[in-house]
Formats: sequence, C-alpha cells, structure tokens
Amino acid sequence: MAVRRRRLRLGHTAIRCRLRFRSAGCTRPGCDQPRVRRSRLRSAFAAQGVVGPATTDLRPCPVVLPEGLAWIVTITKPPTPSDDKRWRAVDARMLRLGYSPDALIEVLHTTQQSFGYLDDVALTYVGETLGVPLSKVYGVATFYSLFTLKPQGEHTCVVCTGTACHINGATGILAAIRARFGIGPKETTPDDRISLVTARCLGACSIAPAVVFDGEAKGKQTPAAVVATLEAL
Amino acid sequence: MTEIRSETPAGGTPRHSRRMTGPPVVGRARATACVCQAAGCLSAGSDRVFERVTEELVSDGVTDVAVKRVGCLGLCAAGPLVEIPETGELFRGVEPENVRALVDRLKVAERMANKPEREPFFARQVKIVLENCGQIDPENIDDYVARQGYSGLTKAVTQMSPQQVVDEVTRSGMRGRGGAGYPTGLKWATVAKQIATPKYVVCNADEGDPGAFMDRSVLESDPHRVLEGMAIAAYAVGATKGYVYCRAEYPLAVQRLKAAIHRAEKSGFLGVSIGGSTFAFHVELRLGAGAFVCGEETALMASIQGGRGTPVPRPPFPAAHGLWGSPTLINNVETYASVPAIVRKGGEWYSSIGSGKSKGTKVFALAGRIVNSGLIEVPMGIRLRDVIFDIGGGIPDGGTFKAVQTGGPSGGCLPEELLDMSLDYESLVAAGSIMGSGGMVVMDDTSCMVEVARYFMDFCREESCGKCVPCRVGTTQMYLLLTKITEGVASLNDLEQLEKLGDMVRSTSLCGLGQSAPNPVFSTLRYFRNEYLAHIEDRVCPAGVCPVSIKEPVA
Repeated sequence: MAVRRRRLRLGHTAIRCRLRFRSAGCTRPGCDQPRVRRSRLRSAFAAQGVVGPATTDLRPCPVVLPEGLAWIVTITKPPTPSDDKRWRAVDARMLRLGYSPDALIEVLHTTQQSFGYLDDVALTYVGETLGVPLSKVYGVATFYSLFTLKPQGEHTCVVCTGTACHINGATGILAAIRARFGIGPKETTPDDRISLVTARCLGACSIAPAVVFDGEAKGKQTPAAVVATLEAL
Repeated sequence: MTEIRSETPAGGTPRHSRRMTGPPVVGRARATACVCQAAGCLSAGSDRVFERVTEELVSDGVTDVAVKRVGCLGLCAAGPLVEIPETGELFRGVEPENVRALVDRLKVAERMANKPEREPFFARQVKIVLENCGQIDPENIDDYVARQGYSGLTKAVTQMSPQQVVDEVTRSGMRGRGGAGYPTGLKWATVAKQIATPKYVVCNADEGDPGAFMDRSVLESDPHRVLEGMAIAAYAVGATKGYVYCRAEYPLAVQRLKAAIHRAEKSGFLGVSIGGSTFAFHVELRLGAGAFVCGEETALMASIQGGRGTPVPRPPFPAAHGLWGSPTLINNVETYASVPAIVRKGGEWYSSIGSGKSKGTKVFALAGRIVNSGLIEVPMGIRLRDVIFDIGGGIPDGGTFKAVQTGGPSGGCLPEELLDMSLDYESLVAAGSIMGSGGMVVMDDTSCMVEVARYFMDFCREESCGKCVPCRVGTTQMYLLLTKITEGVASLNDLEQLEKLGDMVRSTSLCGLGQSAPNPVFSTLRYFRNEYLAHIEDRVCPAGVCPVSIKEPVA
C-alpha cells in the first residue's frame, strides 16, 4: 500500500489541502492520534468554517513540532485493483492532476482510453483514490454520453448525426448498418466485432455525412460505402 | 505527448519531431505550398498530400520551394486544399496519388506583384479572427509570433493598466460570440470589479451545436490566438488561472491546444512573469464528455469541477459566483480570438466594422445543401443572401433554396422571404432565430421542415439534463407530437397542443437549453405552417421525406 506523506502548515494555504484518500491521521512518532475517517474530517473542517473544493481537517499534533508545522498527515492510496499494466496510465494521470476530486472526468477519460470502457472495479478505484463517493462517480459516468459502462467491440464506427449530416443522409447510413449487421446506435454485433455509436456533431459538417472508423474520419459517405468499409475492417 | 516541431539541425535529424518536415530549403523560398491540415482536409488525406509533395520535390532536387502545414483554408468541402500564397493559387481536391500538377506548378511559380482577383468566396470576407488560419503552422509558435502574435498581450501587460484593457474592449462594442450576444466589455468590467480572489477565466470551447464548427477550426488552425485572448482577459480582470473546456469530440483541436499551451509556457507567454511583468497566468485544459448542456455556463462550470453538467439558476451569475464560488469570466472561443486584434489595433478600429449594435465580424460555418460549405468570416450586418449565394455559391445540383437554419437547436429556420435581412443579433431575434455560435445549415426542397423540427426536438430531448421538469418532460411530449405529425396520424388539436406546450417549455425551463428548445418548432410553424397543415390535413409530406408520404406509418 503506497503511503504518501504530506505536511500541512498552520495558517498556510495548505490547510485547504484536499482530502484525497480514505483516511488520514498523524504519523509523528509518539503521537497516538487515531486515524480519522474522511467523513468525520470533512464535517470537522466545515465546522471550523473553512471551505474548499474538498477539504480535510486534522487535529493538532500533541507532540512538539518544528515551528509553523501543525499537523502531519499520512495519505493512503487504495491499492491498484490488479497488476494490469493499463492501471499505470490511470495512476499516472491521477498523480499528475494532484489527486484532485475535480479531475474526475479527466481520469475517467484516461481510464476509458486504457480499458475501452468503465467497469465497477475502475469506477470504485477511481472514486476511492480521488475521494469522490461512488454514487457521484457513477452519476458522472452515466451522465456523459462518451463514457460507456459496457465493453466495446473490436472496431468502433461513429456515425455523425449532426444537422448537416442528417439532411445529407445520415439516417440512411444508420438504416443500412442495421439492415446489414442488425445493430443500432450504442449496440455491438453479437460476435463483438463492430460497435456502432452516434455522435451529435463531429464538426466535420462540410464533408457531411461523416463517419469515423476506428478513429479515422471519412467524409461524404454513402450507405453502401459505409457497409463495405465495415465489412472490410 | 505533445508534438513539438523543431527545425532540422544542419546535417542532423530533428530531435523532437515525430512527423515529417517539409523539404530542405536553401535560402529564401521562391514558392510555398501551404497544405491544409484541419480536420476536414485531413480526413480526405491531406497529410499524405504533404508527404507526397515533399517526396516529389526532394526526388526532383528542388531546393527553393517550401512545403508547410497550415490551418483551415476555409473551403472545407473541396479538400484537400493546397494554396500557393505567392501566386494566390488554390488547388482543390488534391489527391495524394496525384500531386504531379501541383509539383510542376510549384517548380515554376514566381511571386506575383498583382495577384489575380480572388473568387467571391474569399474576396467578400473580412478576416480578423481567421486572419492567421491557413497562413501559419498551428503547431509552430514562431509562425504565430511572426504575424504579430502575442504582441497584443505584451502591449497590454507592459503599456496598459487592466482598466485600460477593459475600456478598450468596451469601446470596441464587441458582444459575446457564443450566442446570447452579451456585451463583452460589460462582462469583463463586472468580473474586474469583484473583490474576491482567486478569479478564473474560462474559455467555452464546448461547441455542441450540430452544424457548427467555427471553434473547432479556430482551435485547430490558430490555438495561440485563443490563449493570447485568454491571457489578456486574465490580465484585465485580475485572474491567474484559466481553463479551456473543449469537447472531447475534437481530438485534433485538443492535441493542438495541448501543444500550444506547452509551447506558450516554454516561450514565456503563459506562466509566471509574462512579458517581463509581474503578471502570471496558467491555463489548464479540461475535456467535455459529450453533453450538449455543458455549453451552458453554469453547467460548464459544474463539469470543470468534475461533476454532472447540470445548470443552476442565475443569479448569482458566474461573474460573481463561478468556479468554486469565485468570480469567473466565461467567454466563447471566438470572443477570445477577437481580443488580441482589438488590443493591438484599438477598440475604435473594431467598432468601425459591422453595423448598428453588432460590431466587428462574425465567423459562420456554412454547411448542408450549399456549394462552398466551409468556414467564412464576414462583417456583421451583411445580407443573408450575399452569404448564401455570393460566398456560399448557392445550392448544388440545381436545387431550390428553402430555408437556412441558424443557431443550432436553439435557433430557427429562416425562409426565402428573409434572405435580404441583415445578419446581426437584433434582426435574427426579430425573425425568430438567434445568432447562436454561427452555424448555418442550408436546406433545399429535399428537406421537410416538420422533420427538421422533429430532428431538433429529438436532439433537445436526448440532451436535456433532466434536472427541471418542463424541459425533461416537455421536450419529450413535443417530440411525440411532432412524430405523430410526420407519421400522418395527427389532428389539428395536436398542432394547437404543440404550440401551447412549446410556450410553456419556453417560459418555465431552468436554463437556455429548455428555454430555446421550442425555437425550431416556432420558427418553422411561423414560416412553414403550410407544411404542417399538409401533413395533418392532406396526409402528405411535400418534400417526400416523412413516412406519411409512403402511407405506412412506422412504429
């Protein structure tokens, strides 16, 4: 379990240090201050009238500390769920963003890039590490349409349904894909080969209708051409 | 992570560059091939055009022709585009497999004193925001600096007081380019006079309107301009931290913006002691995740803070109570991109362009059934007809103009009778539409206006955040009524109900999304009521789009 040590100075802005992990306590040798749970810390801090994005409070250390130093905190990061190397990118991103709870969307983006989708393990881990309740993590992950909680197929096909694409025949493309592969938007073929997604506008209106195959945007598509490209993937 | 372009050291390989550079040029280049590298042209293979032209020139031993990657050249429909600025020639639809004609021309092209007159698409435009688009390499900060880049910022922090900057912007008469048209100077002054610190500057690059791609093109073609505008704004209002909230659907814009922030920090245009002064400003990039409502400013702030993008009622306005409760200045990409020119050339100059209460220029994205679809910048007050027929080149395939949709799902459809109206904030609102962010989708007689209204209502229904009932339930009910009409199973009562419901949604929704959601319905009812009646009374769809025409309603 990774342990990071952080010193908070009295009267210093670091008092507004964000509560990042599950619990915090004093690690000063000789200090028997018990480790405190996050929820209690937060309410204690609010009682002092200190507000911040997400704040922590720590009780003064009874041991005599060097001047100006009020508290010593141990910040404990939850263990990485598995040895999977893909977690490294997620961990690196969280470290870079200072484990700030505001960075939730950014971290979810990185997680989805690494794993292709967000599963319960990922949501729980990210939430615990950033100090965001799982309910909120789930709320965010389901609110934004780019996040997906289901595994995606081998290839992804994004059909733009923006206004320009719509009047230039995006509906026909979707119908052709449904006729050939039997899938609609946000669905994956039974053999997990192709996932179909629709986008609200890719900003490629001048080359409408636009379709993105595995990250590569193609303009001026026809239903037949899209089906042919998908078959050749 | 960031792609940094480095010049090739003599006799060595570039150290940082992960992409191909142009051919080695000895001395001053006689001609330059500017290859468009914006998303539209890239999807047509313009990166391979760049490589092929370079290879051909190298294999032919040409050493006095430069090949350069540039931002959007505007005429996106005809990509990949290559321009030779020395002669003013524009090569359209250059295929990577067939660059011979271009290379042959490059070999003999000479700088021309009198360039031939350009076609109306370019000649009628006045470029302020887009002045560098298609001229500079968006990933090369030196290119931007060479065209007076960051001189506005340097001027502001060294020669002007924050109050003077605010006054200059007020004098310019610029209004917010995000849609609502709130006077920019007033907004800046409100944030500047707040006592609370820290203050934040936010750039709204969450261009959610379908059919609009101005912000994407500006960020892809000239990202430093937006950063400069933000830094000037931060200086004027006393902020030290800025956020750019960009859509994740624009990967190229995100990549270039990241690189630009990195380069600007290295070059001392962002960070601490900017321009040798005590002014410090840091910019962070935040990505959206596909929620249209996040373009609304309070929802955007909720999203930057890592939460669900749900709006909150205003007041308090973000200017007083924004990110983490601090005063926050939120402007659109285009607004920030106009600022450097205003500071450099003065507010008087800017207010001399445009008309009435709408000053300056506006960038529009032309799309849909139009010949020259792409990006244009025109003075405010220009006639709609000039934009669509002179600049846009009219309707392709001999079609007939039917309507132009402005302002995305919050705007309306303008019919042929209104083609002579002038494009400014007031006229558009009077006509039942809005300026919006500047998307213009042109429709011909193959589009059914009821179907278009249904499409936008479907959009609003899906994108409604669900916080307030009028929007969540109202848009769904309106969508069902419109579906009924397009399926030919509606009665006149349904039409009446639709209007009543729309009025209620408009007046009782919490945020701009709901309040403006009925606009496409109202504007089509106002100008194309006969189409609604044809669906209801005669059970036909005049454009032959809706299932009513084929007499078999689909479930």
